[in-house]
Amino acid sequence: MTRDDLTAKLRRVLALMRKESFQIVRDPSSIALGVVMPVVLILLFGYGLSLDVKNVPVAVVIENPAPLATDAAAGFRLSPYFDAHIMTSMKEAEKLMLERKVDGIVRLRSNFSRDLSLGDAQVQILVHGADANRARIIEAYAQGAMAQWAARRQAQVESVAGGPVGVVSRLWFNEANDSHYFLVPGLIVLVITLIGAFLTTMVVAREWERGTLEALFVTPMRTDEFLLGKTLPYFLLGMIGLGLCFLASRFMFGVPFRGSIWLFAGISTLYLMIALGIGLLISSAVKSQFVASQLTMVVTFLPAMMLSGFIFDLRSMPAAVRAITYVLPARYFVALLQTVFLAGNVWSVVLPDTAILGAMVIVLLVLSRRVTRKKLA
Amino acid sequence: MSALALRVDAIRKTFRRGPKETVVALDGVSFSAQAGSLSALVGPDGAGKTTLLRLATGLLTADSGEMEVLGIDAARAPQEIQNRVGYMPQRFGLYEDLTVQENLDLYADLHGVSRATRPGRYKRLMEMTALGPFTRRLAGQLSGGMKQKLGLACALVRSPEMLLLDEPTAGVDPLSRQELWEIIGELVADRQTTVILCTSYLDEAERCSHVVVLHEGTVLAQGAPHEVSALAEGRVFLADPPEGQTARGLQARLLDSADIVDAVPDAGRVRFVLTGAGSAPRGVEATAVEPRFEDGFMTLLQRKRESVRSASFTLERPLKGHTTEAVEVRDLVRMFGSFTAVDHVSFDVRRGEIFGLLGPNGAGKTTTFRMLCGLLPATSGTLKVAGLDLRTARASARERIGYVAQKFSLYGDLTVRENLDFFASAYGLRGEARRRRTSWALEQFELGSHVDLRSAELPGGYKQRLAMAAALLHEPEILFLDEPTSGTDPLARREFWRRITALGEQGVTIIVTTHFMEEAEYCDHVAILDGGRVLAQGTPADLRTHVPAEAGRAATMENAFIAIVEKARHEDSARRRSAA
Repeated sequence: MTRDDLTAKLRRVLALMRKESFQIVRDPSSIALGVVMPVVLILLFGYGLSLDVKNVPVAVVIENPAPLATDAAAGFRLSPYFDAHIMTSMKEAEKLMLERKVDGIVRLRSNFSRDLSLGDAQVQILVHGADANRARIIEAYAQGAMAQWAARRQAQVESVAGGPVGVVSRLWFNEANDSHYFLVPGLIVLVITLIGAFLTTMVVAREWERGTLEALFVTPMRTDEFLLGKTLPYFLLGMIGLGLCFLASRFMFGVPFRGSIWLFAGISTLYLMIALGIGLLISSAVKSQFVASQLTMVVTFLPAMMLSGFIFDLRSMPAAVRAITYVLPARYFVALLQTVFLAGNVWSVVLPDTAILGAMVIVLLVLSRRVTRKKLA
Repeated sequence: MSALALRVDAIRKTFRRGPKETVVALDGVSFSAQAGSLSALVGPDGAGKTTLLRLATGLLTADSGEMEVLGIDAARAPQEIQNRVGYMPQRFGLYEDLTVQENLDLYADLHGVSRATRPGRYKRLMEMTALGPFTRRLAGQLSGGMKQKLGLACALVRSPEMLLLDEPTAGVDPLSRQELWEIIGELVADRQTTVILCTSYLDEAERCSHVVVLHEGTVLAQGAPHEVSALAEGRVFLADPPEGQTARGLQARLLDSADIVDAVPDAGRVRFVLTGAGSAPRGVEATAVEPRFEDGFMTLLQRKRESVRSASFTLERPLKGHTTEAVEVRDLVRMFGSFTAVDHVSFDVRRGEIFGLLGPNGAGKTTTFRMLCGLLPATSGTLKVAGLDLRTARASARERIGYVAQKFSLYGDLTVRENLDFFASAYGLRGEARRRRTSWALEQFELGSHVDLRSAELPGGYKQRLAMAAALLHEPEILFLDEPTSGTDPLARREFWRRITALGEQGVTIIVTTHFMEEAEYCDHVAILDGGRVLAQGTPADLRTHVPAEAGRAATMENAFIAIVEKARHEDSARRRSAA
């Protein structure tokens, strides 16, 4: 290719990019999807959605208000995880549970103090099991609260130095046990998927629907130029969305960032290119905006939300579903994001996952270059 | 010059429709076009015109056969062709959310027009298309004619060697059509550009040096336009309607006769073409005239299609005995913000009359229509439809009117029968009445053979029949048709008007908008709208008096229209100048 050819090529790509930018700026729906949507998602997931179990209403039934029992109940009252209602009748507690005014009952039987002095006290913990996940967490917290109290008491009773075994637990990478720490970085996956795949498919399908491609195709414009001119503006838009999410996670939600910012930018770029590639692939096959939006939702957005480990734990999925997640780029990206944000540059995770994303980029871009033709049928 | 710009040799192209069916779009088509000539592809809908142009631009690939554009094999090197030709697709293919200037810049950049030559070229194009004052307007806000001119300007940003135009004047008013043709004529005459275009306006074919008549994927005839006209030599006559009869009535009668190929109203008289050489039917005073392209074209197609003749039909209950005005419009105004779309429009339509609203794109025809049908409230003025005031009795007025919208607005996923059943029940017909009305519609509109086809899959002409059938189910007194013949071919238009004439004879009042000026000849009264105002109204003969008859030939409706609109625009600008 001569120098002149190259300049002509560059000029055509720039012309297409300029056209696309005008359209983005003038079309409220692109702005809505590219800028408003990320902001809404950040606010929604950041403030609205929390997977933390805090201030759980529990009934603490003290059938015999002996000092030891009230002391044990105080442990619940002071815990940030519980909102304890102290009462003396089990009947009353059961009624509250039925009405779902409390999610659990901690029952200290009338013989609690006596049994405790004999070294064999039992505490009954009943948990509302409608939400199994939450129930398990409440159960674990209640056990923890009791164990802590028991340990404290033991330390008081026995000599300070001669305590048997003390349990010191600590949550690594998310010390504050705050679900925002993994939800907000995970949001980046959704935002990039939305802008990269969804928006790209929609704008190409719109050109098919309006018949603008027919005139555009009968010009010296080549297919690769068309693809570049189409994707670069949305790449930039995606980067803006990415920046918004990053800033929000750092400054609105105080999520720690322990990895390298360059690594973060690198993997995000890879994922954005994957999303664009999928978008272009879909739009080469689908020529109506309605079908394009449905297909992109099902192929990219929903899996990124449900099957990436962003919200639901991959290990607790059935094996068949888990197998599917291995082909989803979002899975690797979520793992990478959580590592880079919370754990740092852990190369043993970063390298293989980045390599997989890189391979996907190449496959998708080559494929979309292949299938996009300047043909009408 | 005798070089060939386009050589098409035994081209065949099929499309898959649905899982099983294949449609043959082009079946062994061959023709060629000389460099620097103007050629036209003409033919009814579905003839394969658009497919042929798309093959020539490399947007489609032929199944078999050869195609050479500017000496380049279209199948092998489509990009090279795309570098060198200018192409204007049928649908407005430019970006509506970009301004006129931005669209031009985009195409100039894509075609590599140098910065240095741009100012001169843009100036020239703006002069040619008269788009100069609108460079900063969004393309989506241009009128239909202006959009077409912008499309042409973009295809011309760098003087292509060859220009391919797909129905450049479809849906464009006569004034813009005239302007577009001036541009095309200039290109061929001054710059020796090869132009190949598709058209469904047969008078346009006459301006070309070479014409290819396509029908269902095959070439029926090709050659100079006069060669096609010559096919009807000695068979074309003009007849005066007898005393007390309308030209339309005589035309309908002639069309029903077996030895007549075609009959159209023509400046108060009727022009007809016989199937074979001979003389006019008995009882008709007629003089022989020179054949036009259209006459030859209809003769060619006569063996292919019979639908025009059978298109007459009867209502179940003819409407008789009404004496009131069907529609009374007084000082009708409609504002959209500060923009006056309809500006003090007044007219009356009598019962059983065919009334035409003519005007360029954006004249206010559709807005007026929507108000008449009670779809849009008027800003001021009075509107009476079937004797009912639309302000107070909108619902009962609606029961008495039928409305056929400009775009096909039936349910594409429902079959013909399902659509009819649905609309019948929407009009409150049930049980026996509904069965009777739907079978009447199926029979009268000859939809029986397509009854179980989804309406989206119907061929163009059938879609329109179905739309009309649905609008007539509840036996309305007044039928409104908005641009019913826009984008349909000459045969479908004949058929359509045959039905309209029959409806009028049986007492239905018809109000129709159109920008085919010759169709105004079918109307009893016509009003010409521009810029939201009525510029002239009266019978077609009254309007034709606005222009002096040319030697030996009465002025056409199209000439009259152009004269009236231009005069009004001229006066307008003169008034504005004197006010300033």
